[in-house]
Amino acid sequence: MREESVLNLGSALTHAGVLKRLKSLAPLLGGLLALLLGAVLLQLSGANPLQAYGVMLAGAFGGGRQLTETLLRATPLLIIGLGMTIAFRCRVWNIGAEGQYYIGALCGSVVALALPDLGPGLLIPLMFMAGILGGVIWSGIAGLLHLQRGVNLIICTLMLNYIGILLVQYAARVPLQQPDGFLPESAQFSANAQIPTLLGTRLHWGVLLAFGLVGVVYILLWQTPLGLQLRAVGSRLSVARCAGINTSRSILIALMISGGLAGLAGIIEVSYTYTRLKGDISDNFGFGGILVALLGQRQPVGVVVAALLFSALMVGAQSLNVVLQIPASVAQVIQAIVVLFVLAGQAIAQRESL
Amino acid sequence: MISARSTSPLAVEMRGITKRFPGVIANRAIDFEVKPGEIHALLGENGAGKTTLMNLLCGLYEPDAGEIWLKEQRVWLRSPRDAIAAGIGMVHQHFKLVEPFTVAENIVLGSNRTLLREAPKRLNLRLQRLADQYGLNIDPSAQIWQLSVGEQQRVEILKALYRQANILILDEPTAVLTPQEAQELMATLRMLASQGTAIVFISHKLNEVMAICDRVTVLRDGQAVGTIAIQDCTERSLAKMMVGREVSLFRNREDEAQTTNHKPQSASPPALAIKNLWVISDRKLPALRGLNLVIQPGEIVGLAGVDGNGQRELEEAIVGLRAIDRGEILLTGKLAHIPSDRYSMGILTEFSVAENLVLKDVQHPPFQWKGLLRINYILKHATDLVQQYLIRTPSVKTQVGKLSGGNAQKVVFARELNRDHQVLLAAQPTRGLDIGATEFVYAQLLARRDAGAAILLISTELDEILSLSDRIAVLYEGEIVGEVDRASADIHHLGLLMAGKRERARDEE
Amino acid sequence: MWAQVLTWSFGVALFTAGIRLAVPVLLAVLGEIITERSGVMNLGLEGVMLVGSLAGFITAHSIEQSTGMISVAAWGGLAAGLLAGAVMGWIMAVLTVTLRSDQVVTGVTLVLLGQGLTSYVFRQNAGLAGARVKGLDSWAIPGFSDIPIVGDILFNHNVMVYLTAVLVFLCWFFLFRTNWGLELRAVGENPAAVDTSGLRVDHIRYRAVMLGSALAGLGGAVLTVVQLNIFTENITAGRGWIAIALVFFSRWQPGGAMIGALLFGIADALQYRIQALGFKNIPYEFLLMLPYVLTLVALLWRTGRSAAPAALGIPYVKGER
Repeated sequence: MREESVLNLGSALTHAGVLKRLKSLAPLLGGLLALLLGAVLLQLSGANPLQAYGVMLAGAFGGGRQLTETLLRATPLLIIGLGMTIAFRCRVWNIGAEGQYYIGALCGSVVALALPDLGPGLLIPLMFMAGILGGVIWSGIAGLLHLQRGVNLIICTLMLNYIGILLVQYAARVPLQQPDGFLPESAQFSANAQIPTLLGTRLHWGVLLAFGLVGVVYILLWQTPLGLQLRAVGSRLSVARCAGINTSRSILIALMISGGLAGLAGIIEVSYTYTRLKGDISDNFGFGGILVALLGQRQPVGVVVAALLFSALMVGAQSLNVVLQIPASVAQVIQAIVVLFVLAGQAIAQRESL
Repeated sequence: MISARSTSPLAVEMRGITKRFPGVIANRAIDFEVKPGEIHALLGENGAGKTTLMNLLCGLYEPDAGEIWLKEQRVWLRSPRDAIAAGIGMVHQHFKLVEPFTVAENIVLGSNRTLLREAPKRLNLRLQRLADQYGLNIDPSAQIWQLSVGEQQRVEILKALYRQANILILDEPTAVLTPQEAQELMATLRMLASQGTAIVFISHKLNEVMAICDRVTVLRDGQAVGTIAIQDCTERSLAKMMVGREVSLFRNREDEAQTTNHKPQSASPPALAIKNLWVISDRKLPALRGLNLVIQPGEIVGLAGVDGNGQRELEEAIVGLRAIDRGEILLTGKLAHIPSDRYSMGILTEFSVAENLVLKDVQHPPFQWKGLLRINYILKHATDLVQQYLIRTPSVKTQVGKLSGGNAQKVVFARELNRDHQVLLAAQPTRGLDIGATEFVYAQLLARRDAGAAILLISTELDEILSLSDRIAVLYEGEIVGEVDRASADIHHLGLLMAGKRERARDEE
Repeated sequence: MWAQVLTWSFGVALFTAGIRLAVPVLLAVLGEIITERSGVMNLGLEGVMLVGSLAGFITAHSIEQSTGMISVAAWGGLAAGLLAGAVMGWIMAVLTVTLRSDQVVTGVTLVLLGQGLTSYVFRQNAGLAGARVKGLDSWAIPGFSDIPIVGDILFNHNVMVYLTAVLVFLCWFFLFRTNWGLELRAVGENPAAVDTSGLRVDHIRYRAVMLGSALAGLGGAVLTVVQLNIFTENITAGRGWIAIALVFFSRWQPGGAMIGALLFGIADALQYRIQALGFKNIPYEFLLMLPYVLTLVALLWRTGRSAAPAALGIPYVKGER
């Protein structure tokens, strides 16, 4: 086909232009359609869809408390989603965010439990660094298996998910368990190891950090040589290699950045939300983060919007549960439908002919 | 859906065929006809619309306007299935075979509709008989990846015949063959034609068309220029029809050689030396077997050879894409690389012109400062190169994928030639380019040579090699089988070398 | 405690349970082999299995409640799981085959959809919590089941175990001895060759994805209807993901799938037993890790992507080179 594209005709171009503009709206249309389908589902559960969406909207954005909750929930999704944005830009299929999140939480918790009396100004950054390191190592293992031994990266990261989660469950049940406790969980962190909140709100420094990372990731991807090289590797591996880029190193870097950020999200959640290490510390944030990165079109700002949408659906669904007795898992269903329809819309928008 | 008509008994008649792709009209109101038992050439430059027209005939696309008639019946070919049922068989330029399957499995794929597969022994015997009937030398039990390109082509032909094709389309069939294999193919085609098969022969090589075809239809820019009987035309008249003007490509070479009085600097150490190079192919077979080649600064060495004799592997080994098994490659100074496939080795279609132009040097000072890209500098650099190399692009921020093939190739040229280099590797540098772009490439290569660069030109177009090289080496099955000076080269001798006849070639003369 | 472990009866019970536990995973692996042989990687298996397990359970439960016919209920439930799996496969196929969306992304989304949908439906229907179905009884194969040790391990199971063993053979026969199988494998290796041979690439892929998902859905239904007899949220507990890894382990061969699934089943059974013995400080989590670690180790020495279908994961665009 490529060799045939010699004749460019004005009429054909304008015709295609109009179509293209129409088609570029397809992802948005997909999103709306998904909400419509969600409404059908709510109707089937015996609720008035408009009322239900109203309850969700109010539950997620209706006031300071609700907004705070939405922002708090969005934080781990955003951090993981930003990491995944870098990985996916480099075409690195890291689907092990969940495991990297858990190992990050574990490493950070070890620091928190070992040095409970260190001042928060030192302890918190130390915990963050340990969390990042945990995620980097965990993703690095997958990277080495992939690059050195040629094992499929999807399978590596997937297997390490389960191994990581089980490792944390063991740690919380045996070596790190609260001395005289019955439950499989560690002792509560000292006050020094809990992330401080911002000026009398329930928002913590991690939220600010997450939004700060949006800018960092943007600059990394579009304004540094490294970012350009990572994107080149993701765009076409063989071309990048011909251009003298060390592709294995790029893949490992992208993988480790995404792993490190997942680990950071893990320790932030444990330090603030749970204040102790347990076997169950994630609300599907790992896979949520992956989908958020893709829903956000692998653009840092888009990821913010997607993370807020996902979080708002989760928070709103909780009020839905309270007010209308509809199971909160409706949020997951709507999330999945939104992603599916936006994917479909994107695919239609990108097609050359229909 | 069948209506009768009363005209001459044509095997194929396409009338007023138009096919649009987004932004492009690939075929515009084309009339095309083939008689039973004739070999009909479809001639045109790359991008003239030949392949699209034939893809319409074999059901891969549907025309936007126009009619297709087969043996006086109007047909609507909505899928390859319809085309096959109508007796149309196509041998694509890039073979459509399943590599880990056997020849037999490939041939019957899709045409045996029983649930259970035929026992391999019986099937192989049946196909062996069919192959013998047409004089095609094929082992039905061999797996495709074990076969040479020529053998794979025979599988494709047999596959079409197995489906009882009486219209056979071949897309650039000789591009991958040695002259000897090409001779065999011609004989097969003549035999098939004599049995009444209508054959469409897609090509852009004039001498082949003159040698084998009965009639020729020339396409240019998506339109049919005309159909003529072969005895009524010459290579020159065909070239003019194909290009739309007198061709000036190879005319000045002789004058130029005399006027510049060019001499390679043979006293200086070689810029590129390849010693006893062994490289393993994707199929785990040796693709280069002890290749030796030395290039001095200021000379162009043309590496001639039929496609698939190790050109790609040599290119990949020199640029570091492929591991070296034995031997060594010595480079003096920097290397610039015009890749044989710009889309898999040269440029990123999703990246802008400016980004592509700095792809190789982005981590070095003028383009970055303290770890950050100097965006404005990069854009200015791109603007300069776009002007210098006459790249036609709406802006330096335009994605390269939106440019024409010629302009995309110019982006590669601009980046590679602008880097300070002593050695230039140009692999199939004009593949897929129109005449204007080709002229530009030739001028650039000669200018580089005169500026003292050592140039290795890998090309399967013998004309190109002959008109540019100072020295010609011939590659056959991973070895250099002969080296000749431009002055003493003749096509007959080179052709024999390309077929692997290294010693006898001299004796015959 | 080792005395408790190293006995014949422990061993027999372990292998018997191992075979039983292997069945749902094996069904999913067979399904995924068929799907991947056609060039589509369905990462949504976990979600597909979940949907199959709930659909199967609800169907079996309601038939049992309304008619009291236990075996009709069980078979009805299994059929429902099969059907629900096919529907999930259809969604996958629409997105990845027709619209050519990325297969990894679509698969992950399908998991989320399956988790959300099953959790939602389960909680909406209060009657399902704590509900049980009877399932299928064991059926000892006359004669064979009397063989000491081997008879107990191999020939004293419910019918689904035997059926699954037959399916391994059928799956191999289908892929390598029928024209359908030839065409399906050809699509996974070189879709352009199939297209120009006059076959519909998209049709073949639709069939492969839907058939593969149906088998995974059946696997889910076996888990709830036949084996555990209850439904809880996330009851598949990662079996779908394990199945995807085992496909790589099996090198896309049904026979290899059976070996892989049995390894998984036995490790799983061992883990249950050690936990049941009640030693708190025995790290049973490490036993739970075993299948995942084994899979990784196995992939380490069975490297080489040469066994994978050449077009795996790549959408087919007509007329492109």
